[in-house]
Amino acid sequence: MYRYNDFDHAFLAERNAQFRQQVERRIDGSLTEDEFRPLRLMNGLYLQLHAYMLRVAIPYGSLRADQMRQLALIADRWDKGYGHFTTRQNIQYNWPKLPEVPDILDALGEVQLHAIQTSGNTIRNVTADHFAGAAADEIADPRPVAELIRQWSTDHPEFQFLPRKFKIAVTGSPNDRAVVKSHDIGLRMIQNDVGEAGYEVLVGGGLGRTPMIGKVIRDFLPPADLLPYLEAIVSVYNQLGRRDNKYKARLKITVHENGLDTIREKVEARFDEVKRAFSGIDQQMLAEIRDHFAPPAFRQAETKVFDQAYEANPVFRSWADTNLAPHKAEGYAIVTVSMKKQGATPGDATSAQMRVLADLAENYGHDDLRISHEQNVILPHVHKSDLPAIYAALREVDLATANVGLISDIIACPGMDYCALATARAIPVAQEIAQRFDELKLEHDIGPLKLKISGCINACGHHHVGHIGILGLDRAGVENYQITLGGDGTETAEIGTRTGPGFAYDEITNAIERIVRTYLDLREGTDETFLMAYRRVGAEPFKTALYETEKAKSHAA
Amino acid sequence: MPRTFTPKVVTANALLEGDVVYLTEDDRWSRDLSEAELLTDEAHAEVRLLDASRRHAEIVGAYLADMAGGPAGPEPTHFREDFRRTGPSNYFHGKQTEDLSRS
Repeated sequence: MYRYNDFDHAFLAERNAQFRQQVERRIDGSLTEDEFRPLRLMNGLYLQLHAYMLRVAIPYGSLRADQMRQLALIADRWDKGYGHFTTRQNIQYNWPKLPEVPDILDALGEVQLHAIQTSGNTIRNVTADHFAGAAADEIADPRPVAELIRQWSTDHPEFQFLPRKFKIAVTGSPNDRAVVKSHDIGLRMIQNDVGEAGYEVLVGGGLGRTPMIGKVIRDFLPPADLLPYLEAIVSVYNQLGRRDNKYKARLKITVHENGLDTIREKVEARFDEVKRAFSGIDQQMLAEIRDHFAPPAFRQAETKVFDQAYEANPVFRSWADTNLAPHKAEGYAIVTVSMKKQGATPGDATSAQMRVLADLAENYGHDDLRISHEQNVILPHVHKSDLPAIYAALREVDLATANVGLISDIIACPGMDYCALATARAIPVAQEIAQRFDELKLEHDIGPLKLKISGCINACGHHHVGHIGILGLDRAGVENYQITLGGDGTETAEIGTRTGPGFAYDEITNAIERIVRTYLDLREGTDETFLMAYRRVGAEPFKTALYETEKAKSHAA
Repeated sequence: MPRTFTPKVVTANALLEGDVVYLTEDDRWSRDLSEAELLTDEAHAEVRLLDASRRHAEIVGAYLADMAGGPAGPEPTHFREDFRRTGPSNYFHGKQTEDLSRS
């Protein structure tokens, strides 16, 4: 994993010292809020509904054990003993106090973390496949290039005042776990027909009020051209992107309004100019970065302990079947630790849980932890013989829920319980739906189903790409929840389609149950997932269940 | 036809803690909505907001929020203000704990 060099340390120390002085000047009254606001946002500090919120970047979702422990310490010392993992692989603290934020930033700096560019119209935390470097289906590890992009984009002088925020995601696997098609720039590491490595570059994806799937601007970009090409895209956007209307300022609108071909021409022209300025130093840096991401020394060992536990313990077996993914190394597995116990807040971890995760990473997981955009925590490199011990340790802190990829593994944004932008709550809706299906003992029977909830149109909860999406709105002063079906956040990305009128807060769980029961009735077998069934039959049977049964009629708003 | 003015309170977040606060009649910032001054006259409300907004060393983001008069002081008419007065619904954090310590 990447470790800061002297330059990184010095840069961060200086930024933190600057912010400390800015906070002092705000508190003593010499800065107004209008003056201070852009300064705090540059450092990830928001003011939300009930309190300040500090958003800390977790670069491409990768953490070491000492970093996770420090996040736990911060939660205990300066917050309320927990943190919230987000859909952008970040962590948010919901209760920091303004005078203490500089101390929090210093504590983060001690373990090479910061909150820079987690807000504002800049290039945000670059995200990546949370199984990077471990997945059996991977072509190339996206982390070195994600780190290169992080270094290039952090404090990039040209890109501190973009028309709007800018998000980049990278995957090195044909099975897209990083939702690259919903980012301003999506990068897919690929091989061409003759086996050469390169990138497929997508632009103009995004969710929010105008959801769009990213479009291919370059189908094969040679590796050495990556940074100049990215710089060309962002530079064209910087010039062309609309600054007159916040809602039309994202790259997706720029691409839509100008047309992909025009954007491509401009990017290629700019690329020609920019490329000459890159002397090859970026490739030198990338080579150095790669050394930080050398694969761990995988051991050759028997997996008998695992096999025995798997045979003997049905609860362990259920967890192993649901929460493990295939690893590239023999005898290894990728563990997804569910932060979605039914009834708990999706993505929240207590400090005690964080410490256990850190210990497990250190003792069994090559000091490597990942945060997924699905708000879970990953131990990417675990030998199967260690799984029974890991499972036992997770159980101790309530982290052994066997529901990864199932209906209760819900993405939910903070919604109106915390967020100042929200129009309705998301967390309690997620809690109730998860509990409902747990009580019905149905979720393993239902199988793979991605349910995603956003508490406003900005779609932090990715509802557009949920197989079932829920969007909470304020309809005439009452919370109202719209449903979309058929969304997909993978390599076959699609935006879900709205079913019709929304449902009241106390009716949304029933509505979801009607959808799921309809699926169970019409599927052609347990191999046909919800998404497959939806693609076969379309929305009609689900709409009928939602709106045309007698029970539905009396409830739909 | 001009919109009829509905009663309001001046509310903001405290600068240091971020807590939701309300302007009282005697110009204090209270964390308790029941202590807030209910403004029923539009012109008076605008002046109160103007004066409150200048107190930038104490608060952030003052605005007028709709309320209805009740026996125990102003009551929210919209769910957002109800959540602001109470705290999040997933944990017993924020204002609801203060209510407990008071009672």
